[in-house]
Amino acid sequence: MAMLIVVIVALAVGTYALRLAGVLLRDRLALPPSVARLLPLAAVALLAALAATAALTDAGEWAGVARPVGVLAGVVAAWCRLPFVAAVVIAAATAAGLRLLGVP
Amino acid sequence: MGRFWRTLDRTLIRDVAALAAAAGLVGLSFGAIAIASGLPAWAVITMSVVVFAGGSQFMAVGMLAAGSPVAAILGGLLLNARHLPFGLAVADVLVGAWGSRLAGSHLMIDESVAFALAQSDPRRRAGAYWLTGISLFVTWNLGTLLGVTLGGVVDDPARFGLDAAFPAALLALLLPRLREASVRRVALVGAAVAVAGTFYLPAGLPVLLALVGLLVAVRQPALAESTP
Repeated sequence: MAMLIVVIVALAVGTYALRLAGVLLRDRLALPPSVARLLPLAAVALLAALAATAALTDAGEWAGVARPVGVLAGVVAAWCRLPFVAAVVIAAATAAGLRLLGVP
Repeated sequence: MGRFWRTLDRTLIRDVAALAAAAGLVGLSFGAIAIASGLPAWAVITMSVVVFAGGSQFMAVGMLAAGSPVAAILGGLLLNARHLPFGLAVADVLVGAWGSRLAGSHLMIDESVAFALAQSDPRRRAGAYWLTGISLFVTWNLGTLLGVTLGGVVDDPARFGLDAAFPAALLALLLPRLREASVRRVALVGAAVAVAGTFYLPAGLPVLLALVGLLVAVRQPALAESTP
């Protein structure tokens, strides 16, 4: 019980500190404009990496076929300028449908 | 904060609502999985409110079930380390009163950052950030609550393709920026490094390694200048 509380508090405080640190640091740091312009790019790189690892891998292994194909279908839909909601639903439906057909 | 709401339009609200609904379903499965792994209901519900970072919550539940509380903390924090550069990138959204900066920081998740960055008009970024953060906070926690109550109704998010929905949503939000060749190069290098790293490194580290993608932009200062 005590251990569980320690884990939850440590995870919560640590995560919040990481979130707040970036926001507060941005004010304190006098970044040259060339570096400041890289910050949104950094977020894009992180989000792209997050999406790519989540799409292709699962717990350090390849994620099978259904998930990557589903993600690809969603991205193609978004690329063709279908609404965001449609892209997300197409991704989920494709992956779920492939699994129904027995695709891993 | 009030003035931001006026910048929200129907499309944005609809898009955020869709993602919030999906997050609610994942929250539902988180609640069910956490209860099934033997955690008490109060711990599961509290975790969703105070941590509010899905990946690290799933990891913590797994590590606790495996009897490794230290790994639950360290692994979770490594997974959440990306929020520091996120904060640097969206700090301009959280200007103003201390209350809104403190609350806004807790709402910093992949989706709120992605929705904020997807806005071409800087004035709309704050509205998108807050709307996404608050909506997903509500549905994530309602989902957790339902999952805890109902138990194993939805224990596997993959059955509904939700595991494909989230990467697709992030990529769809990034797409407008990826149309720019310089940004695309940074994202591709970052994604490739992260995917390769996933097979050798503990969870969380590969995504952070994606920052080496920035070297592509640094080496070409003209490109860095052209990004907003």
